[in-house]
Amino acid sequence: MLEKALKGGRTYWTWVAALLAVIGIGIACYIYQFFVGLGVTGMSRDVSWGFYIAQFTFLVGVAASGVMVVLPFYLHDYKAFGKITILGEFLAIPAVLMCMLFIFVDMGQPLRVLNVLLHPTFNSVMFYDMCVLAGYLVLNILVGWTSLGAERKGIAPPKWVRPFVILSIVWAPSIHTVTAFLYAGLPGRHFWLSAIMAARFLSSAFAAGPALLIILALIVRRYSTFDPGKEAIQTLGKIVTYFMLTSCFFLGLEFFTAFYSGIPGHMQSFIYLYKGLEGHHQLVPLMWFSTILAVVAIGILVFPFLRRNEMILAFAAACVFISLWIDKGFGLIVGGFVPNPFEGITEYWPTTPEFLIAAGVWAIGFLVLTILYKIAISVKEESGGEAIH
Amino acid sequence: MSINRREFFKIAGFAAALGLGGATVAAAVKKEVEASGPYLLDPKGLKAKRWAMAVDMAKFQSDADIQKCIDACHQVHNVPEVDPAHPTQEIKWLWTETYEHAFPGNEDEFIAPHYKHLPFLVLCNHCENPPCVRVCPTKATFKRESDGVVMMDMHRCIGCRFCMAACPYGARSFNFRDPRPFIKKELNREFPTRTKGVVEKCTFCYERLAKGAMPACVEVSNGALAFGDIDDPDSDVRKVLDNNFTIRRKPELGTHPSVYYVIGGKEHA
Amino acid sequence: MYDSGKILAGLIIFIVIATLPFTLNLGKAVAKPSPSIDTPAINQMAKKQCVESKDYMKTTHMQMLNNWRDEVVREGNRLYVAADGKEYNMSLQNTCMNCHSNKSKFCDECHNYVAVKPYCWDCHIAPKEGV
Repeated sequence: MLEKALKGGRTYWTWVAALLAVIGIGIACYIYQFFVGLGVTGMSRDVSWGFYIAQFTFLVGVAASGVMVVLPFYLHDYKAFGKITILGEFLAIPAVLMCMLFIFVDMGQPLRVLNVLLHPTFNSVMFYDMCVLAGYLVLNILVGWTSLGAERKGIAPPKWVRPFVILSIVWAPSIHTVTAFLYAGLPGRHFWLSAIMAARFLSSAFAAGPALLIILALIVRRYSTFDPGKEAIQTLGKIVTYFMLTSCFFLGLEFFTAFYSGIPGHMQSFIYLYKGLEGHHQLVPLMWFSTILAVVAIGILVFPFLRRNEMILAFAAACVFISLWIDKGFGLIVGGFVPNPFEGITEYWPTTPEFLIAAGVWAIGFLVLTILYKIAISVKEESGGEAIH
Repeated sequence: MSINRREFFKIAGFAAALGLGGATVAAAVKKEVEASGPYLLDPKGLKAKRWAMAVDMAKFQSDADIQKCIDACHQVHNVPEVDPAHPTQEIKWLWTETYEHAFPGNEDEFIAPHYKHLPFLVLCNHCENPPCVRVCPTKATFKRESDGVVMMDMHRCIGCRFCMAACPYGARSFNFRDPRPFIKKELNREFPTRTKGVVEKCTFCYERLAKGAMPACVEVSNGALAFGDIDDPDSDVRKVLDNNFTIRRKPELGTHPSVYYVIGGKEHA
Repeated sequence: MYDSGKILAGLIIFIVIATLPFTLNLGKAVAKPSPSIDTPAINQMAKKQCVESKDYMKTTHMQMLNNWRDEVVREGNRLYVAADGKEYNMSLQNTCMNCHSNKSKFCDECHNYVAVKPYCWDCHIAPKEGV
């Protein structure tokens, strides 16, 4: 089926070439980082994880959110999602790939990364994170590719796929739970030491992922003859609405616990992020921008008559995605390191090479996404689009 | 085409099995080499159930006395100096913090001015229950069962910095770049430097203990730093703990630090 | 054959890349490595004997160093008992290089020849040579 990715129009190839250019720049910057060290980034002794790990965290959520279309279709026989399950699965693949790449570019000694397998350490959450991510990647490739192959031939997917589908449904929340556990079990990092961290991760993921899927589905409809379906997009809109509300609710819970208890350690990171702490307020505008986007998005999404208009829905989805990207793909990680264990403050901002490397990883993700979607859509255009299960 | 693919999977599966086989062979080779010679502890080495340190702030006469400890440590371990272009990426094993920063949560605006500005020596606490060890994905940082030292295996560290996020004491530094150009003092040619991309910290001078010497900072501290086996009632460190009121950093986290602080009266100074 | 031009071009590119290691080195004669043990410390020895036999060291020094570092760093063992019963302090920097103080003529000689770059020297300090 791969050959379908090699046939495309002018727009397709221009897009691919643009992505390749960004990837090229990213690789050049990575080579520079490889030889000089992570000193080329904005990270420091106090903020020892930055943009890379934050992107990783956010993208695990996007990957996990594939389950939001797979579950209704396979477990509840929700037919409207039949056309877009493959879009969900094929979104998860590049998302996991980007996660792995972001971890890789964040390593101080990338050539030793296989030490994680050579010396497996069962008390380290990172070991489990590696296992679940690799497993999720394999599951999605297996299920997505087999189902699409069957659809191409106009037959039902083989029976042995179903157990893997069920497994992937259970697996999806696990990858994001484990990612939350990377943070939620660290003593002395008050901002992350919260039992609701995994729940917050999942709810924001299930809002941001489907939001991206809405936008992708609309792009697919615009640029191909395959229509993912009005009902499917509307249902995704409902999913985004409820999970965005849940996500904001959970954030509110964190605020309540921190500020009603009045314990300084629990309040400080929030104060730093939203108000500025001891004269340091680099992230304040960004966090408020995220908050405003969230308010606007919810203001639109809770009214069915507004979200029924697909253009307005797309705008709200973009707001959700960007809002949560700022919150989780930046603030959540940096905020955890401010203040430092001595209650001192070191601020963080990514450097240009760091930003370009991250852009390169995103471009790799979008390239894989483009290729996979191109294949899926080509098959759908031939078959009429309905998956059988 | 589908048959070809199936064939491919068969071959891939076979190759994976071979890979596992290869790992077993590698393990066997290792065994054979290991049989070549027994390894022994140096009989001159100092032994303890759990090494611990007591920092008696009252016994430091001046800031210069404290600086002497820091310099001794950083010189003997080839710790690089701050790169002026990147001050936030500095590396330090032993340094000072004021009371409110060394003991956050215990600060008080009415604390006697003398203590407020006292430069407390801080270092890796060699916790009994170390979070850094718990999170390390490769066992590059580990607690020695024999004497409780929280060690760094620089050969194995992949530079993921999970330990830096986990350490509640900010004891760990990362080599953001090659440290060698920033080692301005005479190199200690008996101790390695580090390479870029690994995490480092105080190791309670394991290399000196193994040869029967006290940690470098203790040696030059004129008794302000007491070091010994906390399980031995006659050790130097226990004498300090028995006769003084001591505190530890962030005891509420359950990490059980092995570094104690005697705040002491001003009259001691 | 469809697309024969593309296939042939692809094959040629593949062959050129795959044979690059050979074509690049074509005609270059590389002298056989001859590691030297001419150092003051070794010259003083009555019997020029390394920790283990020459053959063993030749074939196994890398695994031995691997085990040494694990023993020293992870187990705290510092002494190695050689086959002849002699005890050595297990230290690349302080034992091996004390005798072999000519890294460029001893280590690098073979390592360069076989194009391996052990990362030992990223951290371990090589002896000063020519002093």
